[in-house]
Amino acid sequence: MENLLSRYRNVSILVAILFAQVLGLAIQVRRSGENESTRLIRVWAVSAIAPLEKVVVGAQTGISNLWHGYISLGGIRRENRDLKQQIENLRLEQARLQEDAAQARRLQALLGFKEQFISQTLAAQVIGSSGSELSRSIYIDKGSRDGVEKDMAVITADGVAGKILRVYKSVSQVLLVDDQTSGVGTILETSRLQGVLRGKASGEVVLEKVMNDEPVQPGEKVLTSGGDQIFPKGLLVGTVAQVKHGHESFLDIRVKPAADLSRLEEVLVITKKEEREPSIAEAPPVRAIDILTQRLPTVPDKPAIEPAKTQSTPGSAPAAPAKAGSEATGDAKPAAKTMSPSSPPKPQPPETAPRPAADKPQ
Amino acid sequence: MPITYTSQEQIEVYRFSLPVTILVPLIAIFLQSFMPLRLHFFSIFDLPLLVVIFFAVARRNPVAGLLTGAVVGLVQDSLTPFALGIYGISKTVVGYGASSLGAKIDVENAGARFLVTLVFYVVHQVVYFTVARGLVRLPLHWSWPHELTAAVANAILAVALFSLLDRFKQRT
Repeated sequence: MENLLSRYRNVSILVAILFAQVLGLAIQVRRSGENESTRLIRVWAVSAIAPLEKVVVGAQTGISNLWHGYISLGGIRRENRDLKQQIENLRLEQARLQEDAAQARRLQALLGFKEQFISQTLAAQVIGSSGSELSRSIYIDKGSRDGVEKDMAVITADGVAGKILRVYKSVSQVLLVDDQTSGVGTILETSRLQGVLRGKASGEVVLEKVMNDEPVQPGEKVLTSGGDQIFPKGLLVGTVAQVKHGHESFLDIRVKPAADLSRLEEVLVITKKEEREPSIAEAPPVRAIDILTQRLPTVPDKPAIEPAKTQSTPGSAPAAPAKAGSEATGDAKPAAKTMSPSSPPKPQPPETAPRPAADKPQ
Repeated sequence: MPITYTSQEQIEVYRFSLPVTILVPLIAIFLQSFMPLRLHFFSIFDLPLLVVIFFAVARRNPVAGLLTGAVVGLVQDSLTPFALGIYGISKTVVGYGASSLGAKIDVENAGARFLVTLVFYVVHQVVYFTVARGLVRLPLHWSWPHELTAAVANAILAVALFSLLDRFKQRT
């Protein structure tokens, strides 16, 4: 027997190691439904790799900031001008949206509608990936000591990125929405159809569980439905890229994610969500014409009665913002024409009237 | 001719210093985790696998080869969201196979290294998919064109990488 074992020593060790790993896998698969604790080997591996990644990403960011902030400043002036113009346009858009939002809040309050709000986010830098083509997950430089917890939503400025899968002390693993084990509850913006967003092995993202006879058009936006209890409702996930009839009774819908998941650098972790009824009192309504009136230096001061006219009370019906721009009377009329979103506004001299409440950071 | 059969006496067995044994696989896993963020195509490579093949072939010791494969594979598993052991099993098999092959034939030249890596990459992927689908029930999709392209890409990289790692070899 001893002779046999020494003769087949190598094969015996191979079989033993493989058996141990298969056994380990079987135990993990069996426990996958339960509240799985993080294995020590994962902690060791992440603790060994993450500091290296943090150092490299930190150095890279530092060099990049030095280059873009102090050395390569070509085009900054033009970019600054463009951004200022963009801000002006966005202010007008913001005023219009505030009108809509105020109206929506009033209606929601009337219906006793509770909504989830993102009340706190944490910015994090992407420092690594799983390194496997078959799994799409990333590592961020924030962990449990920064307040990150499992199943928190991770977003970017463009749209939803994923959810927190594992949390370590100073690092967290994020499962991206294009991973095949991921699933996001979504709703189509126009048709209001609900479905589940999943990744495929090929890297494509598909929307499942939408019946074949439903009218879904390419270009339609896909938003989070809030049904998965992870992502707050209404976040942009992507756009419908292709719609085909599937083999079964469901449509085969390909979705282009809004966030560029293969080039993530910074993300936001939603660390706190609030569920509350919208308050009517918050964010007083400000119309586009109010902003224009106050910003333009050519507009003469109006009598004391004029501002009262422009302010609508919370209970009153909001004026249509488009009309506010085009149907403004008196001195503001030409100004509204000049300041329409399609044409850039004049630069504002420093001595103009104080900024309206809507301009202040909220 | 890339692969030549040699007698046991003709085959040289190499060893590596402790820092090289620890740091080279660690750097390979680090690069595998970090590089796809900056260069998306890099995810087609499997640097830890190439390192396992290199050490296994150079040491020509099946037990050392399979242990290197198991450890590197398990660390790589730790960085994925999947269960621990899928990469571990695949790389254990590759480590054992490569070192057994290295003990019998000379795989020191570029052609041999290209072929050995090509074959063991496919073996690795077959084992990985079998374990992932059979044991863990992961919905993975096998694509021959993709796997063969990846095998060739890894084999080309292996030729360059192995010549770089040759500098760390120490004769026994």
